[in-house]
Order: sequence, then C-alpha cells, then structure tokens
Amino acid sequence: MTKIFLLSYPKENSSQPVICQLVKHYDVEFNILKAEILPQRDGYLILEMKGLKENINSALEYLRSLGVKAERIAGRVHRDEKKCFQCGACTGICPVGALHIQQPEMTVVFEPEKCTACGLCVTGCPVRAMAVSFDPATEESCVMA
Amino acid sequence: MSEQKQGKTFQVNKTYAEINARIRAGEAVVVTADEMVDIVRQEGPVEAARRVDVVTTGTFSVMCSSGMFFNFGQTNPTIKGQKVWVNKVSAYAGLAAVDAYIGVTEPSENDPLNQVYPGEFRYGGGHVIEDLVAGKKVLLEVKAYPTDCYANTKMHKEVTLADLPYALLCNPRNGYQNYNCAVNLSDRIVYTYMGTLKPNCRNANYCSAGQLSPLLNDPLYRTIGIGTRIFLGGGVGYVTFQGTQHNPAAPRGDNGVPIRPAGTMMVQGDLKKMSPEWLRGVSLQGYGCSLAVGLGVPIPILNEEMAQFTGISDEEIFTHVVDYGYDYTNGVARTYGKVSYAQLRSGEIEVAGKKVPTAPLSSLTGARKIAETLKSWIQQGKFHLGEPVDYFPTADFSFDKPEPQE
Ligand code: SF4
Ligand code: SF4
Repeated sequence: MTKIFLLSYPKENSSQPVICQLVKHYDVEFNILKAEILPQRDGYLILEMKGLKENINSALEYLRSLGVKAERIAGRVHRDEKKCFQCGACTGICPVGALHIQQPEMTVVFEPEKCTACGLCVTGCPVRAMAVSFDPATEESCVMA
Repeated sequence: MSEQKQGKTFQVNKTYAEINARIRAGEAVVVTADEMVDIVRQEGPVEAARRVDVVTTGTFSVMCSSGMFFNFGQTNPTIKGQKVWVNKVSAYAGLAAVDAYIGVTEPSENDPLNQVYPGEFRYGGGHVIEDLVAGKKVLLEVKAYPTDCYANTKMHKEVTLADLPYALLCNPRNGYQNYNCAVNLSDRIVYTYMGTLKPNCRNANYCSAGQLSPLLNDPLYRTIGIGTRIFLGGGVGYVTFQGTQHNPAAPRGDNGVPIRPAGTMMVQGDLKKMSPEWLRGVSLQGYGCSLAVGLGVPIPILNEEMAQFTGISDEEIFTHVVDYGYDYTNGVARTYGKVSYAQLRSGEIEVAGKKVPTAPLSSLTGARKIAETLKSWIQQGKFHLGEPVDYFPTADFSFDKPEPQE
C-alpha cells in the first residue's frame, strides 16, 4: 500500500538521520514530498511510504519511539462540500489527480489519500473550498490526531 | 438584421399561449437539454417537436459582467450619496440620491491586487452579493456633499438585504454563447480569467455547459429574447436585452451553432428572492474577483426547428483553442484548432499533435441541477413561459438551405 504521512520532529531530533534508519531497517520505499527543517525549530516532513502494511506500521512505531509524530496527511486536507460548487477548476491544478473529474457524470471528486498537501488548490479554488491545515509556522499549536 | 419569423412553414406549430395552457393544466411535456439530445436522435425533430413542449437548459459559472442595483434608503437629515462602499467594496453612486450599482469584479479598497503576484483577490463585489443573499450583515458607508435638499454628508451603518428597500441583480452580459478553450503556449505560468494555465501547453481550460447551455440550445435567438422568463440565481429573472458584446455575426457551423464566442444576454431579477447556492462570490487567483451565477432558460419547442436546435449534442458543438500566454493579451487572432465539447469533456484534447489534459471551469453538475429545477418548476405549474416582446439581432440561417445537416 501507499500512504502519505506528515512527520513532525521535536527540535532535539531534527538532525538525526531518521530516514536513513528507516530505509535500512524496514522494507519500505520512501518519497520525500516536502521537507522543512529549520534550526532551533521543530522539523516537518511529508513522506510517502510504499510497502507492506506491517512494514509501514513498524516503521511508524520506530518513528514514534524517537518522538517523531506521524499522521496521515489525508486528515489535514479538507474540502468544504458546501462551498464547493463543482466547477472543476482545481482538476487542472492538482498535480497528483487527488482532485479529478469523474466520467461521465462530470462530478469533481476529491480523494484525500492521493493528496500530497501541496496546497496549490487552496488559492486555485475560486470559492476557497479547499483547506490544508498544515502550516509549519503554526504547527506547534496543533494537536496531533 | 434579419427577421426572426422568416415566413417558413413547419409541420409542427405551437404558440406560447398553447404551451402555457398545457403548463397550467399540468400536461406540458418538459425535458432537459441533455434528455432532448436522445429524444431527437431516436424520434427525429418532427416527432420530438410534437411530443416535447419545453426544453430546460442551465449553466453555472463565473460571469464577470454582473452586479446589483440597490437603493439603501434615506437618512435623517437626507443624503445624496456620492461615494458608496459596501464592506469596503466601492459601488457606483452617480445615480439618484440613494441609488447605487455594485459590480462583481470590484475588489475591496484595501486589496493588494497583483502586488504580491499572483494576487488572491479575497473579497469583492461578488462576495458582497453572496453575503447579502445569505442574509449576512454588510457595512454600508456613504460620503456626500451637502445641498439644501440633502444636508447629510456621511452615513455608516450595518445593513442586511432585508433592510435595503430595493435590490436588483442586473447582469449586463451573462450566458456567453460558447467560449474559447484556453491554453498557454508561453514558457511561464499565467493566471487568467480562464484559470491557471501551465506553461508550454500542459493544460487546457474550457468554460461552457455545452449541450446544456442556454444560448447553445437556441443558437439563432429564435425564442430567447426581451421578456424571456428565466431561472436566475435560484429565483425568477428575465432576459431584458441582448448583452454587451452580443455578436450574432460570429462564425457558425452547419447546424447554426457558433464556433466562437457569439451571443450574450442581459438578465435581471429580484435579488431578494434569490439564493446563495446559485450566487457565489469567487476569487480568481492572479486575475480578480467575480461572481458565479446560476442561470437557466426554458426553450419552447414551437416547431421542429427548435427541436433540432435543442437536440444538438456536445459532439456537434465546437470551439477554438486559443493561446492565453501571448496571443489573447496581444490581440493576436490565432487558433490552435477546433475541438468539440465531447472531446473537451473526455478529459484530453490534442493541440499541435500533443495530448493536453482538459479541465472545466463551468459547473456541469450545477448546470444539470438548474435544468432539472426549472423542469420541475414548469411541471408543477409554478413557472410559465414569457413570450419575448422583441428579439435579439441574429443571423440568417436555415437547416434546409443547401442540404440538411450532415
Ligand atoms: S475548484 Fe473549488 S469549487 Fe471548483 S470543484 Fe474544485 S474544490 Fe470545488
Ligand atoms: S493540496 Fe490540493 S492540489 Fe495539492 S495534492 Fe492535495 S488536492 Fe491536489
């Protein structure tokens, strides 16, 4: 399976070669979609993990044991269904097809599992129906799900 | 300009009065423009015209030339408003003392516009209209110079739509009959009223409800004219004139359907009876503010020609691919090919031998819902057809001139 996670590191751990350890010890493929590790700040990483469910789970266990918080990115991106008027503008913007047109009904579908939280749809949507609640500047105050 | 009734004889001839009588009796046969495509295909235009009385259409998308006339009531002492703002969005007040017009593309006074490119344009005239229709309070600010009969110089108060003595949605140009398919052949991203266009032709945006779109179902304006009663913003409105830029002389296909932007409608209706579901303030990144308007027009099937027009499908409606990276801005009239709405809806078109993914900007689910809503209003006898008192400028056309279509 493929899952996209938001990892947040406490300050003290930011410099640890966590990802290298993951590759070595767990049979999981990684794809770093976005990384933000600022000195003296908590670090953030959006990571796609591909592999067996058990392996991904043990990788997550390991991360948690290091104090790294991991959560599915899908929970951080939201479409306000009441606001969305199904125009389709976002389908030309979303780079990974998480927002796409379903044929033949021509409805605009949002699949959070595919979303990488790139944020392009947030300002691209004319009625601001899309929200990505991942902002490193305010991340510290967020409670992890 | 050519006359609408060309003295042509038809096998089926119905009048507005007859159709309205059937609506009143609950006997009218009403179908959507989507449904009509199949009916005409299966039964032919003559049979379809015998059977169907009204075809309903719909479109729900950004329509820039829109706005609201409003009267905000007098103060004590009286005032002759010279400058008016609603939620910091400037309205035009060069009318009578307490009348004004707010346009949907007007951004709020403190908007940074495109200074931080691409600008967000978070709030504008379209959002004011949506907020009002949603029953929200808006801040009304008026500045004036004093006269002997209007002594007041300032007004500053929160109002709701209910507080305004009069509010008329009045859109000088809506429901464009066909529109360009936009691509960007330059090497930088462009932010346009046709959405965000990636460099080197990596996406194509289009904006029409195609076979459901009002003016594409009456391509020669035979029934849509001054006085046509319509679905507007969730309420009832009227076509009051041809819209600005109405161009009946645009090139047309053998079926009479324009292949370029052509006809437009000016529409208006009582804003107080409309709904925020169908009037949505929009922010087009890097471009500006506007309003998405839900619009639906019933087409009376007066004869087999109207059946044939309303039976035209997305496969038979074409538009041109236009470059918004350079050509559009610089007035270069160049086309990168003709594509049908069926191709556009398939999600991919070919431009200069390259496959390009397409995205709509016009809500098709919205358009369908409007056509269905209008259909049920008519079926329930709640909505009657308005017979035009006059017609738009049109072009000469007949299905049976040189040879029938296809
Ligand atoms: S751009 Fe916004 S309103 Fe349009 S379909 Fe996408 S999410 Fe919905
Ligand atoms: S944030 Fe929006 S544009 Fe980016 S991947 Fe997710 S859905 Fe697509």
